[in-house]
Amino acid sequence: MSETTETTYKPTSPNSKLDFASVWEYDPAPESTDHVEVKEKYELFIDGKFVKPSKGRYFSTTNPATGKKLTEFAEATQKDIDKAVKSARKAFEGEWSELAPKTRGKYLFRIARMLQERAREFAVLESMDGGKPIRESRDVDIPLVAAHFFYYAGWADKLEYAFPGKTPEPIGVCGQIIPWNFPLLMLAWKIAPALACGNTVVLKPAETTSLTAMKFAELVKDAGVPDGVINIVTGAGQTGAEIVNHKDIDKIAFTGSTRVGKIIQQSLAGTDKRYSLELGGKGAMIIFEDAPIDQAVEGIINAIFFNQGHVCCAGSRLIVQESVADKVVQKLKDRMQTLVVGDPLDKNTDVGAINSENQFNTVNKYLEIGINEGADIYQCDCELPADGYFIRPTLLTNVSQSNRVVQEEIFGPVLTIQTFRTADEAITKANNTPYGLANGVWTDKGSKIFKIGSKLRSGVVWANTYNKFDPTSPFGGYKESGVGREGGLQGLSAYVNLK
Amino acid sequence: MIDIPTIPIDQVAVEERVKRLNSRSIKKGSKVQALKMALSMMDLTTLEGKDSKGKVIQLCNKAKQPHAQIPDLPKVAAVCVYPTMVGIAKKELQGSGIHVASVATAFPSGMAPLSVRIADTKFAVEEGADEVDMVISRGAFLSGEYQQVFDEIAAIKEACGEAHLKVILETGELHTYENVRKASDLAMDAGADFIKTSTGKISPAATQPVTLVMLEAIRDYFYKTGKMIGMKPAGGIRTAKQAIQYLILVKETLGADWLNNQYFRFGASSLANDVLRQIVKQETGLYQSGDYFSLD
Repeated sequence: MSETTETTYKPTSPNSKLDFASVWEYDPAPESTDHVEVKEKYELFIDGKFVKPSKGRYFSTTNPATGKKLTEFAEATQKDIDKAVKSARKAFEGEWSELAPKTRGKYLFRIARMLQERAREFAVLESMDGGKPIRESRDVDIPLVAAHFFYYAGWADKLEYAFPGKTPEPIGVCGQIIPWNFPLLMLAWKIAPALACGNTVVLKPAETTSLTAMKFAELVKDAGVPDGVINIVTGAGQTGAEIVNHKDIDKIAFTGSTRVGKIIQQSLAGTDKRYSLELGGKGAMIIFEDAPIDQAVEGIINAIFFNQGHVCCAGSRLIVQESVADKVVQKLKDRMQTLVVGDPLDKNTDVGAINSENQFNTVNKYLEIGINEGADIYQCDCELPADGYFIRPTLLTNVSQSNRVVQEEIFGPVLTIQTFRTADEAITKANNTPYGLANGVWTDKGSKIFKIGSKLRSGVVWANTYNKFDPTSPFGGYKESGVGREGGLQGLSAYVNLK
Repeated sequence: MIDIPTIPIDQVAVEERVKRLNSRSIKKGSKVQALKMALSMMDLTTLEGKDSKGKVIQLCNKAKQPHAQIPDLPKVAAVCVYPTMVGIAKKELQGSGIHVASVATAFPSGMAPLSVRIADTKFAVEEGADEVDMVISRGAFLSGEYQQVFDEIAAIKEACGEAHLKVILETGELHTYENVRKASDLAMDAGADFIKTSTGKISPAATQPVTLVMLEAIRDYFYKTGKMIGMKPAGGIRTAKQAIQYLILVKETLGADWLNNQYFRFGASSLANDVLRQIVKQETGLYQSGDYFSLD
């Protein structure tokens, strides 16, 4: 498939004189998969037990790096969702809500520790199922997952300090729907605060990346978490809709596309269900001429090529001051030549596989749109594996604010580059999008960071860095990027009623 | 007055970049290749007050034959000694293709009148040094006397004649990455063929973040002028693993053209044996006892 991309889009030849090929190549350094077990199929996890789906239907998932089938998951339908919600309700009204808060914390601490113990296994599975480089699943995803459980475990018996003068109470049964870009991390962002606040959950992972969620279900069983507190049901959009529309669910937490977020918001209008939504983004990176340029280039690489650009807060628009634009672009192009693209399980891989065939087609469609809109395209010269879904890290230059590739979320390793002359122009361009999840500013001047940062309309503004996450820091969007915050003290608000 | 602009350097991001490059996993053939490359880039060094003719001869023999049992080992790049030892080393290394490098300019402090430092340099070159490792006046640099530092480097460059000039910045005394960058730019503008981190007499000596900042300075100089300047981290590099990490920095910052001993050197005394031990390990699957490696 990559070959078709080749013939359609002619990458401009690199104009750099530095030679990053040949002389000394890294040999393959694949992470071993011997220690992980992938079953032939996975059932639903309801009421502490693995149960068959009521209609007996299963769907398969592929390894996007090979295009080969990995395993099968059960498709949860209305009856299964009903069973899961009943079990969550029973747990909420029974044992779980009666527990001393510190005991709730104890379970979360236990989950966190077990995740650390099994970190290698989870990292390998995450890379096999989702295509992300093992370097990221090992060094970023899984450590953050554990950190998130540790962090909210600490809050479990301290909630009254989080909301002084008020009495926080759990909401009840939470329906949670998570995306495919950070499967286990998004699960942690949802489950950890919900449980810390005393709620019970019915969670649906994305249909292309359910493997680590089902492994997590096994871990939940091993941890002795009371039955029904965590229920995990697999399925696609229809299964998600059943959760959203279930009458006995008190709160919906969703991370995914703005399009689906809007549908959820419409279906919940007029109901007493609470909701929090974390949706799309089109983050801008503003590089001023006084920025540390080499480090800014490294920041850009992390902002757009981290996780193949499958990041809702990805810095997908570069807005660079005209006086340094040529320099930045030249350095960026050279840096891109050193990116290792390929087998997600190779420890040297920087950019792995596109998550699914569907997303592969979407990104390629946007590349075509960009070309048709008159953009110049630059891609790394790297070899791509013959099988699987891979796209070369890409720059689109000669684009403007009115282009679709600048306005719409591509969710792939594609960066558009625009220039600005004055700070006001940079702010206007950065804010000129329906999204408002994250932006980044690079300058050596501290005062400028605060001045510009306060005018950017997004939930997150990174200064001289990008894509940094910490459980103590709230995350969420302005405008069409979402409602509510996850992470930090603020993340607790999404899972309590205040008296 | 010479005007060397301050290039902002983000300390956190530089160190993060190094950390990321350190996560590269070098195995099998690429590891053997790296180890041999590291050996060929080594400036085997002895810079002690107690250096004697005997010691220098031993070191030269080690340079010519790093390990008796392993055939086809590359030669080291150079032997690095004090000016008074250059003649001895030159004689010992005659016909071997191994260069003689000499520290000069009142190494390691540089605290002598310029005329003395020039004479020191000329002496080393007359004795047969192929390469001269000079130190900059850090005191003058830190007090903003950039013109003085520039002129001194230019004067030493002239005194070197045909010999290659490596300019030691002594980054351990410069303290900030901005200073390292500025001193690198200054040295390259003044005629350095190589820029070098340290004398090895001050702690910290070479570090990877400092090396990265200097490699980026070399890259900018190359973008600007098309001229390739060499890089030599020195001091504190003791293990093969560290050496490979440095090679990764070079590969991913400057690329293939710098991965040879014309443009990259290690200044080290104990590194060679660990590299040899790793080469033996790669070839036989076993680690040999330290006693199998000559301690010259």
